[in-house]
Amino acid sequence: MLDFLKTLDRRWIFLAMLLAVAIPIYQQKLFPETPTKPVQDVFDYIEQLDQGSNVLFSLDYSPSSEGELAPMTTALIRHCCLKRHKMFFMTLMPDGLPLLEPNIEAVIETEFKDSKFEYGVDYVNLGYNAGREVVIVVMGTNLSKMFPLDYYKKPIDQLPMMENVISLQDMDLIITISTGYPGVKEWVQYSASPYGIKLAAAATAVQAPQAYPYMPNQLLGLLAAIKGAAEYEAALGARYPAYRDPRKNDGIRRMAPQFWGHLLIIGLILLGNGIYFADRVRGGRR
Amino acid sequence: MKNGVPWMIAAVTGFVMIGAFFVPAVRDWRDAAGTWFEILAAIAFVIGGANLFAHHLQKISAREAGWGYSAVTLIAFLATLIIGLLKAGVPGHDLDHPWSGHHQAEGGGLWWLFSYVYTPLAATMFALLAFYVASAAFRAFRAKNTEATVLLVAAFIVLLGRTYAGAWLTSAVPDEYSALTFPGMTAIILGVFNTAGQRAIMIGIALGVAATSLKVLLGVDRSYLGSDGK
Repeated sequence: MLDFLKTLDRRWIFLAMLLAVAIPIYQQKLFPETPTKPVQDVFDYIEQLDQGSNVLFSLDYSPSSEGELAPMTTALIRHCCLKRHKMFFMTLMPDGLPLLEPNIEAVIETEFKDSKFEYGVDYVNLGYNAGREVVIVVMGTNLSKMFPLDYYKKPIDQLPMMENVISLQDMDLIITISTGYPGVKEWVQYSASPYGIKLAAAATAVQAPQAYPYMPNQLLGLLAAIKGAAEYEAALGARYPAYRDPRKNDGIRRMAPQFWGHLLIIGLILLGNGIYFADRVRGGRR
Repeated sequence: MKNGVPWMIAAVTGFVMIGAFFVPAVRDWRDAAGTWFEILAAIAFVIGGANLFAHHLQKISAREAGWGYSAVTLIAFLATLIIGLLKAGVPGHDLDHPWSGHHQAEGGGLWWLFSYVYTPLAATMFALLAFYVASAAFRAFRAKNTEATVLLVAAFIVLLGRTYAGAWLTSAVPDEYSALTFPGMTAIILGVFNTAGQRAIMIGIALGVAATSLKVLLGVDRSYLGSDGK
């Protein structure tokens, strides 16, 4: 048995992982979520902002991490729509640009169609700039220098919502949803730290541990990985009962596959170590 | 001359960026430098594309091992480039200006490639990690020594603490002892041990970056300008 496990074909492990993820997706089992402090802090800050506050979204991720970050993007935009904040969208990732429009369309223009949000008045798509962290540096004092035109090539100075917005310092909150470089670290270094702008972050599980050192002073809160999205959806559902519907909460729905995936990995770690120690005992007897 | 001019540009730009942090009057210069950087970054994409093209073309012409992959890369590269530049399939605003639509407009060729080729491929690559992590957890994650055991225990707690399993297993723990639940222990590991370690690493890196930057700006280190920096 020990020899069989020692030489176990890894394709069995792949199959186990496939089943651990696929069956819960099929069953659509849901688990309750309780927001942790870093998530609740972001929720509370957006909640207490006055209606019409300026919120900048920087979607600094590409399609590879969309599965992990899209649910939190949706939840955060949804919350800002409920509070009728003014939303500015941009990205520092070249392949993040095509993700801006679908998010705006899905939440602001479809889900909140009846709220009659108007482009240029309530939200704007600034698009992409190739300058990475230098974009943040210059936007700190002069936003239109880096984004003279919006995504549709219209001068942003002609947009009503840009009337009182000169720089990042006019933002009441910046939310970076990021997967690496440029991301949370660059936004902290070049916006939150020098100007004291309130910054919230949403990050992949890989990047999240690197963001913890910035809390709570430079980073007011953090949504870490799909669990962060699920917790935010839970906080939103607790405050707005219409958003308890699981069909609207991709983060909560994706926690079941994560639950079984994690349990499988724990089981594999225990099994692997069991084999390792059993092998050592057997080797010692010889 | 060959290295002197680039170093001078780098040094002046660097000192302008530093100066603008302390002297607001210099911020216009910094913004100008930012615009130049933006232009250079955009040019870098073009150079990168040309480099990719030349590299794979060379592999194909030399029939190097795996040249078939290079051919696929080049075909995909050229198809995306041409479809994007010609705005293939992009609906125009009116008949008089058929090319007036946005090159990434919904329904266009580039949009189609992004939505139905690039996005699924990128997501698939990322999703494959789950399978390799599971395999690695079984084969490599061993409690061989004290450090590995500490890492293993921390991973065990965080893996449980980041799902409902952790909350359920320790649901009987009273609220005043919530730090002893799996989610509580996870919060301590991430917020205390992880934060302390990360901060130490970050401060060390920051000091190293400051020293290296100063060497670059003063021209002591010119290795970034070429193979030997001379």
